[in-house]
Amino acid sequence: MNLIESVESQYVKTDIPDFSPGDLVRVNTRIREGRKERLQAYEGTVIRRSHSGLRQTFTVRRVAYGEGSERTFPLHSPNIESIQVVRHGAIRRAKLYYLRGRTGKATRIRERRRAANN
Amino acid sequence: MSNAILGKKIGMTQVFDDSGAAIPVTVVEAGPCVIVQIKTDERDGYSAIQLGFGSRNENKVNRPEMGHFRKADVKPHRFLREVRIDNTEGLSVGSTLDASIFSPGDFVDVTGTSKGRGFTGVVKRWGFAGGNKTHGGEQDHRRPGSIGHSSWPSRVFKGKKMPGRHGAKRVTTQNLQVIQADAERSLLLIKGAVPGPPNGLLIVKKAVKQGK
Repeated sequence: MNLIESVESQYVKTDIPDFSPGDLVRVNTRIREGRKERLQAYEGTVIRRSHSGLRQTFTVRRVAYGEGSERTFPLHSPNIESIQVVRHGAIRRAKLYYLRGRTGKATRIRERRRAANN
Repeated sequence: MSNAILGKKIGMTQVFDDSGAAIPVTVVEAGPCVIVQIKTDERDGYSAIQLGFGSRNENKVNRPEMGHFRKADVKPHRFLREVRIDNTEGLSVGSTLDASIFSPGDFVDVTGTSKGRGFTGVVKRWGFAGGNKTHGGEQDHRRPGSIGHSSWPSRVFKGKKMPGRHGAKRVTTQNLQVIQADAERSLLLIKGAVPGPPNGLLIVKKAVKQGK
């Protein structure tokens, strides 16, 4: 193992669920308000996963109050409490940027129904 | 106590701090270094230690160098660098330095040889603005423009910024913070970027302008 990998291995999370672009996910992030800490959820469609290793990020897109919004999360950040996969999507490309130009019915993604571990 | 160590740049990655913020870090393989020679005020007119770093095949070392290493009773090293040090007390020839001379939160200056850029123009080398890209910019997009005046002084001033060889120079980046120091793995994590390419030799020294 090289030195960079050995550094990263201390921070890499191992409990990340299997999810890919097209999936509907719910991301629980830790928010600090003064002294208190609470969880905030962000639910939407994963439109990309990029970078690799510890630096991997994923972007979630949702339409809230008629306004499209996207949030990019560092996958291994300790501020991400958990990621729940609500629904797997059947898609044919790795980056779903085409969703940005669409609204309503056109943004629907077929559900992928297969064994959990593939 | 020594205030410097030699190391090798491995590359960059990121780590997370207690608040969950991602910190960009450079991974440095720091040490172990051996003190090959100690220079003292009485004998040499200044005080310094000479550090050896990296292994070297014994049959690749010439005789004068071999003698130098024999005198210190150490194995030949690939790199020898001298670091000025105020107080050489407590240091002995042949003793080893490792990453534990630094601890998280310390500020360091990192010296290396910057990446060589070859022959470059003035835009890259000196940050000139170049010419217009449009509006009839003609062919003057990245040219330096005028380099002086006419009848007086009828010459170009010395030191005029011109195209030429760029990079591959000794560069020091000051006041970088140590994020992690692990002597067991000879590892230093330094916040931010350090000069030079991966595998380049670095001198990591306690910051001259201590903190901010």
